[in-house]
Order: sequence, then C-alpha cells, then structure tokens
Amino acid sequence: MATINKSAVQEMVTILSNKRVGAYHQILLNVGDIVKNCRPGNFVAIKVGGDTSKMILRRAFAISRVSESSQYGGTMELIVAAHGSGSKWLCAQGEGTEIDIVAPLGTAFGIPTEPISALLIGGGYGSAPLFGLADVLKSRGCKVDMLLGASVGSKIYAPMEGKRSVNSLKIYTEDGSMGETGRVTENLLNIVRDRNIDVIYSCGPMAMLAAITELVAETEVIHQCAVEESMACGIGICMTCVLPVRNEDGSTSMLRSCIDGPVMDGANVRWDLVGKVPEGSA
Amino acid sequence: MTLPVDMSTTLGNAWFPTPIFTASGCASSGKELAQFFPLNQIGAVVTKSVMSKPRHGRPTPRMAETPSGMLNSIGLQGPGIDAFLANDVPWLLEQKARVIVSIAGETVEEYATLARKLRSISGISAVEVNISCPNVENRGLVFACDPESSRRVIDGVRKTIGGELPIIAKLSPDVTDLPAIARGVVDAGADGLALINTVLGMVINIDSMKPHLGGKTGGLSGPAIKPVAVRAIYQVHAALPKVPILGMGGVASGRDALELILAGASGVSVGTASFGNPSALIDIQNELRDLLAARGFATMQQAIGYAHRDEA
Repeated sequence: MATINKSAVQEMVTILSNKRVGAYHQILLNVGDIVKNCRPGNFVAIKVGGDTSKMILRRAFAISRVSESSQYGGTMELIVAAHGSGSKWLCAQGEGTEIDIVAPLGTAFGIPTEPISALLIGGGYGSAPLFGLADVLKSRGCKVDMLLGASVGSKIYAPMEGKRSVNSLKIYTEDGSMGETGRVTENLLNIVRDRNIDVIYSCGPMAMLAAITELVAETEVIHQCAVEESMACGIGICMTCVLPVRNEDGSTSMLRSCIDGPVMDGANVRWDLVGKVPEGSA
Repeated sequence: MTLPVDMSTTLGNAWFPTPIFTASGCASSGKELAQFFPLNQIGAVVTKSVMSKPRHGRPTPRMAETPSGMLNSIGLQGPGIDAFLANDVPWLLEQKARVIVSIAGETVEEYATLARKLRSISGISAVEVNISCPNVENRGLVFACDPESSRRVIDGVRKTIGGELPIIAKLSPDVTDLPAIARGVVDAGADGLALINTVLGMVINIDSMKPHLGGKTGGLSGPAIKPVAVRAIYQVHAALPKVPILGMGGVASGRDALELILAGASGVSVGTASFGNPSALIDIQNELRDLLAARGFATMQQAIGYAHRDEA
C-alpha cells in the first residue's frame, strides 16, 4: 500500500498574481522551498472560502508548473477553471491574498532514464501539468509530441512558452473552433505507430483516459494517466476518492487516487468498474 | 499567571494525557496524519472501524459537500481484522500513540469474533464497538437503532473480551429515545459511550435528477451536526452521569470541543475537521487548553458536564 507524499506540508502562502487566460485563471503562488519537492503530476489541496465559510473541504488542483529561480523564490502555477463554489472563490482572490495549502500531494509521472518518444495528451485544463512535464522530458533528451483537446477553442490551454517545450502540438476541438474537428483519440493509433511512441502521459476527463487506455491496450505503449476523482481530504484519510485498480495477482482493490494516484498506470485501472464495486472478496 | 491545565482524562480504566482523539473513519490508521504532527501528542488514535474480512466498501461517488458539512458513503472499506492487527496496530504502538480500535460487524457473532481477536493484542487502550454505521447494505441492520440488538452485540463483546479492556459503544443519533439505548448497552457491559455517529442524509443531483451518492444515502458530518451532538451528549449525560462519553460531531475548534465537554463528554473526537485542516487536532487541543485556563479550570475533568450544574 502506498503512503502519503513524504514531502507534504501545510503552509500559508501568498498569491503573486491571478490572470485570466482564455476560459481559465492562471494563479501564481509564492511557495518558497515547497517547489524543491514538487514533481510533474503532483497536486495541491487548498482551503477555500475563508474562516467563516460553509465550505469545509479543501479543493485539489494539479500543479501546472513550479519555478525555483523567479525573483520571488519558489513559485507554483495553477490553471483553474471557475466551475464550482470553491474554484470560483479561488479565482476571485487577488494578488497578496494569503491562502492555506497542503503540498505536494500524490504520485508523480514516471520520468524515463533513457531518451524516449513521449506523447502528452491533455483534455481541457488537464493540459496544464503537461507543459511542466514536457520541460522535464526535454531536459532528459526525450522527443515530446503533444495532443490537446476540448469541446471549444476557448477551453484549450496552450501558453506560448509551453509550445516551445514540445516538438509538435496538435489541437482538436469538438466544434472545430480551433485546430481539427474531433477528439484527441481520433487518430491516436496512427500517431503512436508513425512516431514510434514509447510512453503516453495523459491528464483530463476520466472518459478520455479510459478511451486512450482501450486504444493502446494491444500495443506496447505504456500509458501513465493523472486521474480526477472527487476528494474530501486529499491526504488519504477519508477514503472517498477510490478507484478500482487491478493488483498483480489479478484481484481488484479500491485505491485512493490521492495517495496511489493521481498518476496511475492506465492499464491497471478497471475503467469498466468505475462507479461500481468489484465482485468477490476484497 | 495561570497554571497549566491538567488535560488528562479517563474512559473506563483507560487513561489519556489529553481529551482530543481522532474519530474513527476520519484518520484511517493514523499514518497520513503523522505527516503533520506526532500521534503521541493527542489523546488517542481511534482507528477506522474494521470488520472480519477485507471489504471494498460502496461505489463512487462516495462524497458530497453540504452546507457546513459533508455526506459520505464509504461503506466500511478496509483491510480486515487480521491484516489490520498485523500491520496497523504495531505501527501505531511504535509511534507511542494510544490506540482505540473500532470494530464493526454484520452479525452479533461477527462482533464477538472481532473481540476474540482483540483480546490477545497488548497495548490497546480500549475498543470502540461501532453499532451505528449508517452505510451498511441494509439500514435495518443498524444495531444501534434497536435497543435489543444493541444490547446483544455489547453483551457478546463483553463476554468474549473479558473484564479488562474498556468497551465504548458508538451510538446513532437517529433514534427516538437515545438515553434508553444508552442505558441498555451500559447494562450489557459497555464502559463508555461514543456519541454521535453521522446523521443519515441524502443529496439529489439536480442534473442527473437522482440521488448523488453511489450508496444513495450517506452519513452527514461536520459543523452542521454539532448541535445534534451537543444535545445527544447532554441528554445521555443527564440520564447516566457516571458513564464516560467520548463526544464527537462537527468539532472544528477548541470552542466546539469545550461545548461537548460542558455537555458531558470526557473526551472529544475530531473527524471531518481533519479533512479540511490536517493539523486540526493539535489546533483544537491548544485552543481548548487556553479556553479552560481562561475560565479558571485547573483540570479538564472539572469541566465535564459543567453545563448541568444548576439542574436538580
């Protein structure tokens, strides 16, 4: 059984900036030495709503990238969609606001020791942590291709500086308002074959992660995906964010996506059982 | 200058240096919270209710945030008693944590079987008998909703476990006459009572227009239920003033903990608050100590049930 990220700490940190980028908010936090322990794939749990809030649970956000060398010391970037009451509150906080965070949390994307061909696939704001990952992969000599998809063009997150860290970037939207019309899975097997992809790294809606897993099931490609389940605590104590995951012996366990994830081996997740309970004894 | 408050407390024959405990089901087996504070600094770790066999629990979604609270439907997912006793208890004892093991069963016999396995384990401070989990398959099986079933479970555990280890019966507030159920389990051999388990609730998703939780109903916890806990503790303490109560239900601050103690709790478990603040137990413990000192209490135990002092 996995354990909590050994670097996780709870700290008050300051918002350095909060900018609107397309359909999202780009929030930059001054987190000091925490950045030293953040790896691509890790997430942060943030207290929302202030001390008198009726919202009692933290909100989990993927860490999009960290920087050690900015003029402020260590900074952490988040790309947030103002969806529910918690993320709306966060997006409304201005520069200088102090917020209570727990970070880094969860597992990280596995970084290969040899230069490989990687395909990074992001859905909506799920692309955010992939740019930080792309930097790391490029620094290890990997070839990095990227596919991004969303329902509409305004929901594609692809910053200019991020585009520089990938060899190629292809965008799909369901309404055709940006890039090609369709989904990231459209031509996936051909891309995997033509570019000799060794590893797929993905982040986005669960249906996209499940579809990618199914498509590459018969190939040699390794699929590391960052899952998204609703969490109450983010630190492994509430048992609400579980996913059915296949064990080595073929049995299935309900694993916490905050501790055993968010990055999991797509082939081990029992996507067919999400929202159900495995049959037989635990 | 004020003298430091003696925070120690007892539940049956078990002694604890402070009255602030984790709540079962809200701290797993303590390993994760140990990342944020040393477990030996709190009164005790009350572990997640464990059953005889490993268990998957309920399907997702298992959680819904509600105003000042949350609804959960975990369904007692866990490793089973054998793996728990082999892995989790020795680890907790290594941390010098005091341990209260919470057990849950589907039948009277299962509780007795669990008690038999606990009897041979040394170092445990007490056993919490959870007869009130609302997330079992058949709500009709919630023992704590029926006086006779409650008695039979506690009687079975008492006879199996012998006379040494304190038994704390965890009760549900979802009953008509809580003091009567409490009296029944005390007569059957419970040394203390844990009040309250979550309150049964439901959230309907207005997009799917169906119950949101995989288990349909769930247990409501968090500050929303604190007045229910205070009422339950007050009523039971009035009826059974000599029976120690481990109070819980929405405690998120030292003020909340003090309220439960004044109502009659000898100890206070902190559950859902840890989800929002991993350091909640330590923060609450420090605030409680200051509040007791400010009110002139030399010992925490002097404050237990203090709200009842003017009653005949």
